[in-house]
Amino acid sequence: MRLEYFQMIDRVLAVGPESIEAEALVPAASPVFEGHFPGYPLVPGVLLVETMAQAAGYLLLYRQDFARMPFLAAVKEAKFRNFVPPETRLEVSARLAHDGSGYAVLRTGVARGGQRLCDAELTLRTLPFPTPELEAAMRAQAERIGLAAAPRP
Amino acid sequence: MASAFDRIADIIAETSDVPRETILPDSHVIEDLGIDSLDFLDIVFAIDKDFGIKVPVETWTQEVNSGQAPAEQYFVMKNLATRIEELVAAKAANG
Repeated sequence: MRLEYFQMIDRVLAVGPESIEAEALVPAASPVFEGHFPGYPLVPGVLLVETMAQAAGYLLLYRQDFARMPFLAAVKEAKFRNFVPPETRLEVSARLAHDGSGYAVLRTGVARGGQRLCDAELTLRTLPFPTPELEAAMRAQAERIGLAAAPRP
Repeated sequence: MASAFDRIADIIAETSDVPRETILPDSHVIEDLGIDSLDFLDIVFAIDKDFGIKVPVETWTQEVNSGQAPAEQYFVMKNLATRIEELVAAKAANG
């Protein structure tokens, strides 16, 4: 994870049409930890939501073969069950709950060693890529985390 | 079984802050009920689940924005209910 660059997903472990599993390694140090919190570094809950949203987004990119860009539209039932300190290996998952017209609803979660840390129901809108630069950047990020090469769940 | 109008009105009342009794057949979902696009997404999700269909809201929006269809065709409650009934019938016909 590069928290300050919003690069939350490090590697896709498995992906299929309905679900994705990914890995995220919390760094030992980040400017984020200087403020959250001084002397007691924790990954902020909002960044855990972003981590789940990115896993959900990569699943939709995979499903739609990069035809459209997913944008986070709603967060429901978000629960943060435990603290996430530096140097934690996170297992991030997203499962498609409903594939709508121009939107999708996904059940997402973050775990550590199989233990649930947080979960949420996310709604993502999908829109045509607003710029070619964004599409190229998303394709490069997907390549970096091995989206296309990941095995099926 | 309640009518499509009643089921949709119930969904809107449960999903948004709109009182059920103010939702009438001639109510415009956006102009009269004050539903914004994000709330409408929630409503569409609930309709999709409740009726077992996929409301083509993107196509509708494109038709309205391009002037191919008046907004009332999709976003006035009685017409919305008719559109949903058509989608349910089409799904049943296609198996």
